[in-house]
Amino acid sequence: MPQIEVNGKTYETDEEGYLVNLADWNMDVANYIAKTENLNMTEQHWEVIDFLRKYYDEFQIAPAVRVLTKAIGKKLGPEKGNSQYLYELFPYGPGKQACKVAGLPKPTGCI
Amino acid sequence: MATEITAPPYRVIPIIPAIKPGAMEGLKPFVANDKIQEALGFPGGLVEDWKDRAIAKMGDLLKKYRSLKVYLDACVHCGACSDKCHYFIGTQDPKNMPVARQDLMRSVYRRYFTLPGKLFPKLVGARELTKEVLDEWYSYYHQCSECRRCSVFCPYGIDTAEITMAAREILDSVGYGQKYSNEIIGKVNTIGNNLGLPGPALEDTLAGLEEDVKEDTGIDVRFPLDVKGAEVLLITPSADFFAEPHIDSLIGYAKVFHAAGISWTLSSMSSEAGNFGLFIGNYEQMRKIALRIRQAALELGVKRIVVGECGHAWRVAYSFWNTLTGIGDGAEDRFALQLQKQLDQRYRQPAHICELTWDLIEKQAITLDPEANDNLIVTFHDSCNVARGSRMGEMAGGQFEIPRSIIRAAANHFVDMSDATTREKTFCCGGGGGLLTDDLMDLRVKGALPRMEALKEVADRDGVNFMATICAICKTQFSKVLPYYGFNMRMVGGVHQLVSNAIRLGDKE
Repeated sequence: MPQIEVNGKTYETDEEGYLVNLADWNMDVANYIAKTENLNMTEQHWEVIDFLRKYYDEFQIAPAVRVLTKAIGKKLGPEKGNSQYLYELFPYGPGKQACKVAGLPKPTGCI
Repeated sequence: MATEITAPPYRVIPIIPAIKPGAMEGLKPFVANDKIQEALGFPGGLVEDWKDRAIAKMGDLLKKYRSLKVYLDACVHCGACSDKCHYFIGTQDPKNMPVARQDLMRSVYRRYFTLPGKLFPKLVGARELTKEVLDEWYSYYHQCSECRRCSVFCPYGIDTAEITMAAREILDSVGYGQKYSNEIIGKVNTIGNNLGLPGPALEDTLAGLEEDVKEDTGIDVRFPLDVKGAEVLLITPSADFFAEPHIDSLIGYAKVFHAAGISWTLSSMSSEAGNFGLFIGNYEQMRKIALRIRQAALELGVKRIVVGECGHAWRVAYSFWNTLTGIGDGAEDRFALQLQKQLDQRYRQPAHICELTWDLIEKQAITLDPEANDNLIVTFHDSCNVARGSRMGEMAGGQFEIPRSIIRAAANHFVDMSDATTREKTFCCGGGGGLLTDDLMDLRVKGALPRMEALKEVADRDGVNFMATICAICKTQFSKVLPYYGFNMRMVGGVHQLVSNAIRLGDKE
């Protein structure tokens, strides 16, 4: 299994760098993964990460893109409640890239 | 991703590209781990006696599928297929010529299953199955999307996809499976869909959609789940619940059912149309996935089964559900017969959502206002498994005409792409057959080249700004690769996305 090392601690990841154990996640690990994805984490990024983790905790899966955009729109205003805004934050796709930083498993399927 | 992926340049004249031997050598999607493999009953990792087992498995498949033996024997290397593959055109790797890719297996077949190959292997191009050969299979049989375009041009009608499927089946049987496809099949078996979307999440997503449509239209369009006694069970790819632009087609289906007054339901237990059992060439997994649909249909007591916008799902549904499950005539076990009795035989079983919608348009049971899509100049990408593995409606070629007829009813501006790239000659999107995974992005971008060339032509000439399609894989693949070719990712969407924009709601109340 591949590993990453953050602040002297090692964490298991899959081949693509997604954390294997949900419980391993913390801010330092998230910052480390974000760096490997060339993301400059801002407050807006953390808002998304926070929502993803809460949703996952309740439903055992990442939210659909539409669910995510709606939640962000409600919280930050309708001008941000669209997938374009999310793609600006996470250029590789809010589904996969944001999940990776949030320490959630990679969504699979035809998406 | 660390390595920079770029699109190959458009060809000035679209002729056979110069070959680049070894261009894609060693490209390899992630191998499935022991957990993923064992969940499907395959060995966890490469077994010690892989060589004997692989040859024995090939022998089994040759007995089970006469077609495979015919295909391996019949090829005369005429070369008609060589430049018909999108992956060859995009990668220029000569081993991606369909004939050469098949020969990776044909040469081994000759060595172990033909007399000349056993006696004089060198003279007849026969070779031993070595670890290098096995690795080569893993690499190049995951550079074929099983789209069967080459088969259209083969004078012998060799179905190349079947050879790829056999290779993947052999690889799985020795513990050398692909992570992407096999992990997904595991999720269908345990959770009910490719995504791993559990019932409560599906319920929450659908409730959100009801709110959205109400907000948009002022009308209560329902997205029912697990409703016993509904007339229609809709089986759609789980990407329709999750991804964009897919979800807009799901909204389109719901509006069609609403406007026509047809009661319908989704199933949380069977919430997937896709069937990756086809992609890995494994009959047992394909059947297992299909049987979930039968179970849901029996439990919910529905009269009709309708399939959403998913290419290979429709191939499996149209061509194989009959004998796999008894949806359609063929299977003879008790449950199949029970389902036969339950389903309303005045309708096609199963039916494609496009057949249902077109039928309603023709009968004037629903009304579309095509002006709603006047901002769009639309073209249609035929999805390979619908185009070459199925049909729709009563007439030959219905799978080409019905989606186009719906588009013409829903939009005023429609332009077809070059006829060398549409209908039965359509090019794969570049992500089909279990290759829609991030670890194959380089291949996916390159494989999209011929479709992007055809799109560029109509975009430049006719101002096309929307490419409609009826497959979840195509939608995701194009959203991802369009930007590499200078297009907007939002340029692709579903046929029912157009319907959703144009349909008149509320008339039936």
